[in-house]
Amino acid sequence: MTITDDTAGIGSRMLRKEDGALVTGEAKFVDDIHSPGELWMGMVRSTAAHARIVSIDVSAAQDMPGVEAVHTGAELAAMELWVAPLPCAWPVTDDMANPPHWPVAPETVHHVGEIVAVVLADSRYAAADAVEHVIVEYESLAAVASIDQAVADTEHAHTDLGTNKAYTWAIDEDPEGTQAAFDAAAHSVVCRFEQQRLIPAAMEPRGVLALPSPMGGDVTLYSASQVPHILKVMAAATTGIPEQKIRVVAPAVGGGFGAKLNINPDEILAISLANRLGRPVRWTESRTEAAGSTHQGRGQTQHIELASDSDGRLTAIRVKLDADMGAYMMLITPGVPLLGSFLYHGVYETPKFSFTCEGWFTNRTPTDAYRGAGRPEASYAIERAMDMLSYEVGISPEEIRRRNYINGGEPFEMWENPAGIFFDSGHYLPTLDRALDMADVAGLRAEQQRRRDAGEVKQLGIGMCTYVEICGLAPSRALGGLKYAAGGWEHATVRLLPTGKVEVVSGSTPHGQGHETSWSQIIATKMGISPHDVTVLHSDTAISPLGLDTYGSRSLAVGGVAISMAAEKVIEKARLIAAHQFEAAPEDVEFEAGSFSVAGTPSKSVHIQELGFVAFAAHDLPDGLEPNLQEQVSFDPPNFAFPFGTHVAVVEIDEDTGGVDLIGYFAVDDCGNQVNPLIVEGQVHGGVVQGAAQALYEVAVYDDQANIANPSLMDYLVPSAAEMPSITTDFTCTPSTTNPLGVKGVGEAGTIGSAAAVINAVVDALRPHGITDIDMPATPMRVRRAIEAARGGAS
Amino acid sequence: MPANAVRIRLSVNGRSHDLEVEPRTLLVHALRDEIGLTGTNIGCDSSSCGACTILVDGQSAKSCTMLAVQAEGCDITTIEGLADTTDGDGLHPMQQAFHECHGLQCGYCTPGMILASVSLLEEYPDLDEPGVRVGLEGNLCRCTGYHNIVKAVLSAAGKEA
Amino acid sequence: MIPAAFDYVRAGSVEEALAALAEHGDDAKLMAGGHSLIPLMRYRLVTPGVVVDVGNLNGDLRGISVADGTVRVGALTRHSELEHSAELADACPMLAHVASMVGDPAVRHRGTLGGSLAHADPASDLPAAVLALGATLVARGPGGEREIAAADFFTGFLESVLADDEMLTEIRLPVSGGGWNYQKFNRRAQDWAIVGVAVAENAKGVSLVNMGSTPMRATAVEQAVAAGASAVDAAALAADNASPPSDLNGDAEYRGHLARVLTERALKAAGIA
Ligand SMILES: Cc1cc2nc3c(=O)[nH]c(=O)nc-3n(C[C@H](O)[C@H](O)[C@H](O)COP(=O)(O)OP(=O)(O)OC[C@H]3O[C@@H](n4cnc5c(N)ncnc54)[C@H](O)[C@@H]3O)c2cc1C
Ligand code: FES
Ligand code: FES
Repeated sequence: MTITDDTAGIGSRMLRKEDGALVTGEAKFVDDIHSPGELWMGMVRSTAAHARIVSIDVSAAQDMPGVEAVHTGAELAAMELWVAPLPCAWPVTDDMANPPHWPVAPETVHHVGEIVAVVLADSRYAAADAVEHVIVEYESLAAVASIDQAVADTEHAHTDLGTNKAYTWAIDEDPEGTQAAFDAAAHSVVCRFEQQRLIPAAMEPRGVLALPSPMGGDVTLYSASQVPHILKVMAAATTGIPEQKIRVVAPAVGGGFGAKLNINPDEILAISLANRLGRPVRWTESRTEAAGSTHQGRGQTQHIELASDSDGRLTAIRVKLDADMGAYMMLITPGVPLLGSFLYHGVYETPKFSFTCEGWFTNRTPTDAYRGAGRPEASYAIERAMDMLSYEVGISPEEIRRRNYINGGEPFEMWENPAGIFFDSGHYLPTLDRALDMADVAGLRAEQQRRRDAGEVKQLGIGMCTYVEICGLAPSRALGGLKYAAGGWEHATVRLLPTGKVEVVSGSTPHGQGHETSWSQIIATKMGISPHDVTVLHSDTAISPLGLDTYGSRSLAVGGVAISMAAEKVIEKARLIAAHQFEAAPEDVEFEAGSFSVAGTPSKSVHIQELGFVAFAAHDLPDGLEPNLQEQVSFDPPNFAFPFGTHVAVVEIDEDTGGVDLIGYFAVDDCGNQVNPLIVEGQVHGGVVQGAAQALYEVAVYDDQANIANPSLMDYLVPSAAEMPSITTDFTCTPSTTNPLGVKGVGEAGTIGSAAAVINAVVDALRPHGITDIDMPATPMRVRRAIEAARGGAS
Repeated sequence: MPANAVRIRLSVNGRSHDLEVEPRTLLVHALRDEIGLTGTNIGCDSSSCGACTILVDGQSAKSCTMLAVQAEGCDITTIEGLADTTDGDGLHPMQQAFHECHGLQCGYCTPGMILASVSLLEEYPDLDEPGVRVGLEGNLCRCTGYHNIVKAVLSAAGKEA
Repeated sequence: MIPAAFDYVRAGSVEEALAALAEHGDDAKLMAGGHSLIPLMRYRLVTPGVVVDVGNLNGDLRGISVADGTVRVGALTRHSELEHSAELADACPMLAHVASMVGDPAVRHRGTLGGSLAHADPASDLPAAVLALGATLVARGPGGEREIAAADFFTGFLESVLADDEMLTEIRLPVSGGGWNYQKFNRRAQDWAIVGVAVAENAKGVSLVNMGSTPMRATAVEQAVAAGASAVDAAALAADNASPPSDLNGDAEYRGHLARVLTERALKAAGIA
């Protein structure tokens, strides 16, 4: 393998260290790891959305070849495999409803796909066969199949609760003032947007393998997880297995996008059954099964109103969300919509702001974090609404943005937003100017006009979005204030080994983001060594005992910073050793490009890598200095970070078929300082496509009995390369003030900007018909119907 | 082993493997679970994602949509054997291109994507960017947004993206 | 998703295949490329007791020849072989083109023309092509060989006139020189058509994909074209005798609309009306 740049540090486009194992098939994902004597779980899943279990007949299944046992939920409950229901770590209000969510339903099922019985068999195939032979009889209860039905509140997703409402959460300091602003508004728009449910569909399905050590009494859980550290704590709390006996390993993980940050029934089943039976227990999700076994994303009805003066300057924003929790509160289900709550004013100043969110139970697969978690929803709502306001005021979409940007579009630091949090830094105007320029929006508008004048079948649409997002989750105190159960720090250890190589232990848990490369680059710059002298250890609680994992674009802004700080501590300790060797005062010892030297005496110098052995041998250390060069840091940032950017999407619409082609995409993002621009660009590309996929292709469809209609990738349309355009990227750089590296996050940015940009483009193309909005996904049939309706009749 | 198991001989990456499998055994499971070549991944159950793509007699095929018994007598190449099909001692040029163009993130789609791309360039040597995009229609990636994958394939074909 | 268990017979000849089919009756399923059968078996929508694999048969069963104004395609010829065949590019370019529109390259490497026709899926591309091209299908069974006009072949959803103990061996098409066009409308390139339209001047054929329970001809359009109607007027009749399905990609009414739009485009592109 050729690695080109051996001195790559922060800011260089170093090729990834991770790639070798992945391009050769050497990397091990959970389903690649086997253990002798392993038992395969086969999940018998509910085919009813809401029903009482009348009976489960396991006799035929039990007698099948290769079947070890079949257990119903009631039996498993009696076996006392767990001491608490699956956890929700974010009870957003004191009175939030949180019905118990057991790994296997004991009496009543609340969504299709909920586990009702578990087969244990000696092979994948035997487990699959046995599942088919378990006969379950249900007594149906009325199913709540949509948000509208939940809000109507006549039928209840959980009969015992007597209501579907889980909570009400608001930021609404001055409702009268807000109303007065609307009363006095020169212009206002009232919008209702559907954030359709999405299936996260990481390409690697989830899977688990639990390995017990019957004599040692401990158990190792391999899981395709973004959160091995959190999983360890929660598995202990849920199963009652002492926490110190549990080791969790996330091996190679094939993408997560939030879908792998939960504590799932299968994980708890595997660890508790393995522990009880003394045998390895495993399971791998099938793609179709995942629609019921892995949480989904989005699922909100958004009501957003904007008021402005006659020039289109905002005077008030009022938001009401109805958020679909699904059947149960999973790890952060209730908090996801609130992650967006601080951002519904977007990049704009507004004197009045009011936000209310109501969480509702339905009999559908639970929702939880999906790439962007709450923020794509917020940016979609405000950015669509701003376009609608621009139509109302009669100015261009770029002009309405220019008139409202925070601080007039000029640079700012520590701006207090109407929800009471501080944006670390921002400078919005240059991203807009650059994006318009890069896309040649002036030229596109001319072409658009030409096609309109010529009455061509294929019309052009240009859409834009300036987003801001909140990431780097983050300050533990702030999270505590939001009633989130855990903190937001991240832990790092940096170890200079006897031979001069460096081991970094990271509490962040990568699943495609290239941490091993970026963390090595940070060390390279800080310590003045080759990034190839660095190994990054992670994702195994036995190796990396402390950590809070990877989600919310937090790895670099929290975990990466912790690594940089730990490296500095190693350097400081090494400086003491160098000073001792030089017989100089530590203050007089300089550190540059990896070498210590005495100021004014350049002949005396020692490379930091040489000090690894000195600290290890410990023959001649300064008095009182402990041997070894290993330092750790738990970094708890003082604030979140707020990346931003402007995206421009270009679509071509075939007005006869309604087909929409995304033909161009231009993204100008600002994530502060960049450690590896190659990786940053990759994150933008992937994020943009995920958002564009929401805009044009994806929706988890439920029928009126709350059955999911399109669980497979044949019917759930994850787009391919053929449907997506090449993406032009550029960046501005406004360093974060939240951390010493000046970095923000970029893992979710693309997704947060793209859905709004794409739909704004679709609506822009359709504007001559008088169309002002279209629901996502903008399917050909939906677009064609909108055109027909606007023309006042059928085709 | 179930009663109707059959003996088959599979030729994978130039080596012969004698297996006893049920006729229903999917080729991808034979490769992964019986032979232990776990580089070939599974991303769906509807033949839609291409994560399981291998080469059968040099042409891309979805190993989840073949029975192991069907593959008797064919030459199979999986990601583990791809580099050996070229003269160099390092990676296959397509693997190298994916690395150099940052054409992978989590890497789960990557073995299938690389083998599909190798077969694609063999079948259609003169592809431009739109051609590569359409040619990869059967391989889904959730991470990269395809931009750098397309770039990698074009660069392996000797064309600048 | 894993198929239910079955027994496997690898046929070494058509005769062996027919014998196995005769022996096991409707418990047996022929498998060519397996690219329709295996997906159905994985979802356990089809659970044959015996699978009779003819995928490795060669000779006349796999390949393309042209003589005396007739193109003969072996039933086991794969989509990608149709796509790249120089003979076909000359003698029946539409079939080669439609084959190139099927699924994705990996599917085209395995799926066969005979399998696609025998599967009789109204959403498939190749059945519409052979309908428009006026093909003749050749089947062999215990009683010998018979010829079936494509127009008579498809009888219902995934059903054809083929008996359980018969096997398609060859597809015959007239050498076609005139205008032709195939319109396939879908949301992702890899997907089946939401609606498709095939037009072939020589055979005066116009056929529709996914507009009813079978692959079908648009007879009203064919008649209008024959009577000299304009593309616009003829295309207006495209959905007249169709009963298209409603699904997540489009309801029946939208499909009707698409059929009209695509038929007009196809007729114009083929230069026929
Ligand atoms: C991911 C994917 C995408 C696809 N996309 C498309 C698409 O866009 N358009 C499209 O048209 N098709 C598509 N297909 C279907 C593909 O074209 C199939 O290959 C084809 O329909 C069946 O051919 P086969 O040889 O694989 O048949 P098999 O699966 O082997 O058999 C199909 C049926 O035909 C019978 N049969 C097979 N051969 C014969 C014979 N010679 N005589 C009698 N009966 C026989 C079998 O018993 C079975 O009932 C797709 C398939 C997949 C997996
Ligand atoms: S696993 Fe084979 S196509 Fe998805
Ligand atoms: S790199 Fe993760 S799915 Fe393609």
